[in-house]
Amino acid sequence: MNATLKIVKYQLHDIVRSKWLIIYTIFFFLITEGLFRFSGDSAGVVVSLMNITLIIIPLVSIIYGTIYVYNSREFIELMLSQPIDRKALYVSLYAGLAFPLAAGFAVGVGIPFLITGYYEPQLVPTFLTLLASGVLLTFVFTAIAFLVANLTEERIKGFGIAILVWFFFAILYDGILLMITYSFGDYPIERPIIVLSMLNSVDLARILLMLQLDIAALMGYTGAVFRNFFGSNTGIAVSFASLAVWIAVPFALGMRRFVRKDF
Amino acid sequence: MISIKNLHKRFGKLEVLKNIDLSINTGKITAIVGPNGSGKTTLIKCILGLVKPDAGEIRVGDTRLNGHWSYRKDIGFMPQTARFPDNLTGKELLHMIKDLRDMKNGFDEEIIEAYNLTDELNKPVRNLSGGTRQKLNAALAFLFSPPILILDEPTAGLDPVSSSALKDKIMKEKDNGKTIILTSHIMSEVQELADTIVILLEGKKFFDGPITEITNGSGNTTLERAVAQIMKDAQL
Repeated sequence: MNATLKIVKYQLHDIVRSKWLIIYTIFFFLITEGLFRFSGDSAGVVVSLMNITLIIIPLVSIIYGTIYVYNSREFIELMLSQPIDRKALYVSLYAGLAFPLAAGFAVGVGIPFLITGYYEPQLVPTFLTLLASGVLLTFVFTAIAFLVANLTEERIKGFGIAILVWFFFAILYDGILLMITYSFGDYPIERPIIVLSMLNSVDLARILLMLQLDIAALMGYTGAVFRNFFGSNTGIAVSFASLAVWIAVPFALGMRRFVRKDF
Repeated sequence: MISIKNLHKRFGKLEVLKNIDLSINTGKITAIVGPNGSGKTTLIKCILGLVKPDAGEIRVGDTRLNGHWSYRKDIGFMPQTARFPDNLTGKELLHMIKDLRDMKNGFDEEIIEAYNLTDELNKPVRNLSGGTRQKLNAALAFLFSPPILILDEPTAGLDPVSSSALKDKIMKEKDNGKTIILTSHIMSEVQELADTIVILLEGKKFFDGPITEITNGSGNTTLERAVAQIMKDAQL
């Protein structure tokens, strides 16, 4: 077994017992179960769940990720004094956090869905898209958290940057897009809007889900352009590829910094 | 032997280590002393590869440090503050280090026995007192019996009994031929343990030699007074 897997094994022992991960899992379980109970319409449940997921997952991943890196400082020093490669340690720290967070979400949302989905098989593709979006967003924002925490020595500053990054991508970005659409409504801006949406991982996840739910048509002409592009296999492939880039780039930058920095 | 040549390190505008030349002899205890912020921990971290020097050369045995990690198999490190993942037990931590070191037998668990840690090792680390964590920290450094031991203020936070036990262990390992580097603010401890003393002042090496050289030369009877005198004179 190589060093990465060995460290991940012990990290999993640690994180799985963390009360915050348990609370996170229970939170998604209660929300999903509650929505199913109090809403008759399954598609409505998915839309509500999507809106919660797209806000909560980036927030929790980026905050928990930054706190985790800052709190592990002494432990990282101890590990780096062992005969292991810095890259291997970075990979294991990241994987050891991102996988349990993604699993917490998947289990919390998954159990109620399994129970209900058993009676409503048409929900399965939608559920799988929701699951994939949530898992990918966890990986994106954990990678960003690791980058921010490794670039910023000061905890408070790092924390502030993390919250700003979340606010920008999860809240502000959509407002900006809306403003652009509104202001330049007379021009053919569908393609620029598609490009701008792809630059935000939260929007990518949202678009994938909307197309899956077949409610993109509600967005009018823009929706039709989205549908034409994202609805096709090429569109879906490009979206997943963009999400992969959103994971790979912050991860690689964070690792580069981690390998070079002083502890 | 560990040899250091022309070592420089700055953090931003602050020059932490200035042109350090140093040889640390095999089988001896070398104490690095100096006021807070004099560069002791940075020097240790350079040897461990945690801090990357701006200039200069460090050799550990035959290996010239170049960013590769394999030479650290010969080093046991006890950091100043012990913080471990909260939800792991001491036992799991020991297992993790054993796994990473790929040594399936022949571990040195004397410290665990001396401190009677066996029961404590089953508790999550977050429930351990600061002193117990420091003991665990010591146990991890000595665990795989490395030829080089680097101890950053090893007795800080330990009660007198535990502190004596740790000092006994350090002396024993020296007799076994280990090379030991330690930092400390407690001069009586340095006098008791160390063969050689290195005094750092504002990132510069101010003195490097046998302890007797300082005490005999200054006319002061204790090392504490002698070192204090040197530091005062240097500031004038």
